[in-house]
Amino acid sequence: MNWPLVPQQVMTGILNGGTIALIALGIVLIFKASEVYNFAHGHLVMLGAFLTWWFAGAEERGGEIFNLPLWAATLAAVATAILLGLAIERFILRPMTGQPVLAIILVTLGLAQFIEGGASILFGAQPKSNFPTPFSPSDVIRIPFPGAFNDTIILKQSLVASFLVAAVASALFILFFQYTKTGLAMRATAENHEVAQGVGIRVSRIFALSWAIAGTIATVGGVLLATVTGVSLNMATVVLVAFPAVLLGGLESFAGAIVGGLIVGLSQALVQASRNIEVRNSAEIVPYILLLIILIVRPEGLFGQKRIERI
Amino acid sequence: MAVLRPAGDFDRSYAQDMLLLRQPWQRWAMALIVVGVALIPLFGNAYLITTVNRIMYSIVAVQGLNVLTGMTGQISLGQAAFMLVGGYIVALTAQHWGLPIFVTLPLAALGTGVVGLIFGLPSLRVKGFYLAMATLAAQFIIPWLSRHIYPEYLGGSSGRIAVPSPVIFGVTFNQVAQVFYISLAVLVITTILLVNIRRTKLGRSFIAVRDNDLAAEVLGVNPFSVKLRAFFVAAMLAGLAGGLKAISQRSVGTELAYGLNESILLLGMLVIGGLGHNLGPFLGVATIVFLEDLANVTGSTMASLFPAHATNLLTSFRPLFFGLVLMLFLIFEPRGLAHRWEILKATWRMRPFSR
Repeated sequence: MNWPLVPQQVMTGILNGGTIALIALGIVLIFKASEVYNFAHGHLVMLGAFLTWWFAGAEERGGEIFNLPLWAATLAAVATAILLGLAIERFILRPMTGQPVLAIILVTLGLAQFIEGGASILFGAQPKSNFPTPFSPSDVIRIPFPGAFNDTIILKQSLVASFLVAAVASALFILFFQYTKTGLAMRATAENHEVAQGVGIRVSRIFALSWAIAGTIATVGGVLLATVTGVSLNMATVVLVAFPAVLLGGLESFAGAIVGGLIVGLSQALVQASRNIEVRNSAEIVPYILLLIILIVRPEGLFGQKRIERI
Repeated sequence: MAVLRPAGDFDRSYAQDMLLLRQPWQRWAMALIVVGVALIPLFGNAYLITTVNRIMYSIVAVQGLNVLTGMTGQISLGQAAFMLVGGYIVALTAQHWGLPIFVTLPLAALGTGVVGLIFGLPSLRVKGFYLAMATLAAQFIIPWLSRHIYPEYLGGSSGRIAVPSPVIFGVTFNQVAQVFYISLAVLVITTILLVNIRRTKLGRSFIAVRDNDLAAEVLGVNPFSVKLRAFFVAAMLAGLAGGLKAISQRSVGTELAYGLNESILLLGMLVIGGLGHNLGPFLGVATIVFLEDLANVTGSTMASLFPAHATNLLTSFRPLFFGLVLMLFLIFEPRGLAHRWEILKATWRMRPFSR
């Protein structure tokens, strides 16, 4: 360990973890509402970022149709993502109701491939560095911290802002889930579809709603990621680390998804503080090593319910 | 499945009952198919030879997935990573120890099988989605390791090492048209083994675990050991397929399509062909390879129509078509093309009473 680097990496890790946690929330939401493991969530994140980039008129060839400011572009992208989420639920997952887990996983993987191809046709396979971020890479906040490298912690403003937005979005989402009537209906549906239908909740409408919310969350997460890293097709694979985050926290727990996201972000940043170059390079697989450990030691996750059928 | 037989087709001995190809014409047809495929390198063009060779080694990999996913019901998102392991074993044993291909391919199968066992261990505690995640971890960890450990052997971060061409009886197999015959021989052997594994105790316990693991345990099948064996067999076949792919491409490395998308492609091939059916891998791989060609043609046509977007259009139709076809199959025909083929056969046998 290179100790003077640790405080810096802890802060960076937590800030990165915020976005991962927000993306993980979307996966947990879909699972809780409809018991679908949405492997296409990473691609929804990627698509959300691309849509925002496109609505903001960042197309290179001068062929832009829209030229909206970032907030309006984000809203437009969220609206598109909501429509897309509704379409996915209605035309792809509703016909799959009652199919085995394998078929559900595969259909979301197929959807992921479809989105990847579509995005690459519409927006191009090249990474875009011209995302309309309000921050430049040199905008940093310096916090004096004795013992750290140069006695300061340097935080990118874009990272801080995306963490704050992720935190607010997560908080809003959890408040909605806990304290509104629709949120209550969603929780009831998650508990038992038939009983929920029995007390007068329209389960199919709840499914549609949860996909719409998941599309929104994915788009917001995509915009936050894009302000830090830029837009590329590769985002979808990078965002797959939200799955280890979900499993770390427990598949059925929103709090778990947030804690899992922070743990994943922290672990990815902390290995960067190592003196060993191979350990420093392992940031992309550390979440998966954590995942293997948690699957062997405590498969239900840190906050999950012990509902797994053993065997 | 109840086998429909024409009137007058009786078994007169146990040996006859156990035959795989019951009628003389079936044997002739099978021999004709094998001979026909074997003639392709003599008369086909380079494109056809390469494509059929790719189809053959992909079938071996999908056959492995068929044992694991189709017969035992365990999901694996790591088959392409296991192919990478097999490719490295073939390359390294041939390069550093100079072993002949009769040794390197079985070594690749065994070595990859052991790696598969390690990543199959989580199946002892978890299943379904959780297991998919464990194999997803394998899919990320194995290529990462190959890029970062032992750079002097595994090619380091550039991650590509050459595979020496195998020499059999003094003949160097350095053309795809020659490697073709190795792939064909391996495919024939694995197909015979896999058609028969279904009729053994092991194959039946695979299916028992898939259909209901608790009931299987009550019947005296140990689900843990059966699942691990399924992982072993699946990884062995992936190792063989990876070895063949490495020999065909004459190099192996993480950049040569051993990633997550390749694993998903293999799973998709299996589903489109038919999960748990012997014909599934054949139909699925052939369909997907045909679909990819269609996507390439579409891509180049669109690129010539819209030259401004040519770079976007050339490669984008592959994932688009694959994802679309996979979703359509899962929604409308989850049992795949093999099921359609069975329906067709039954209809033919029931004529004129079938409609």
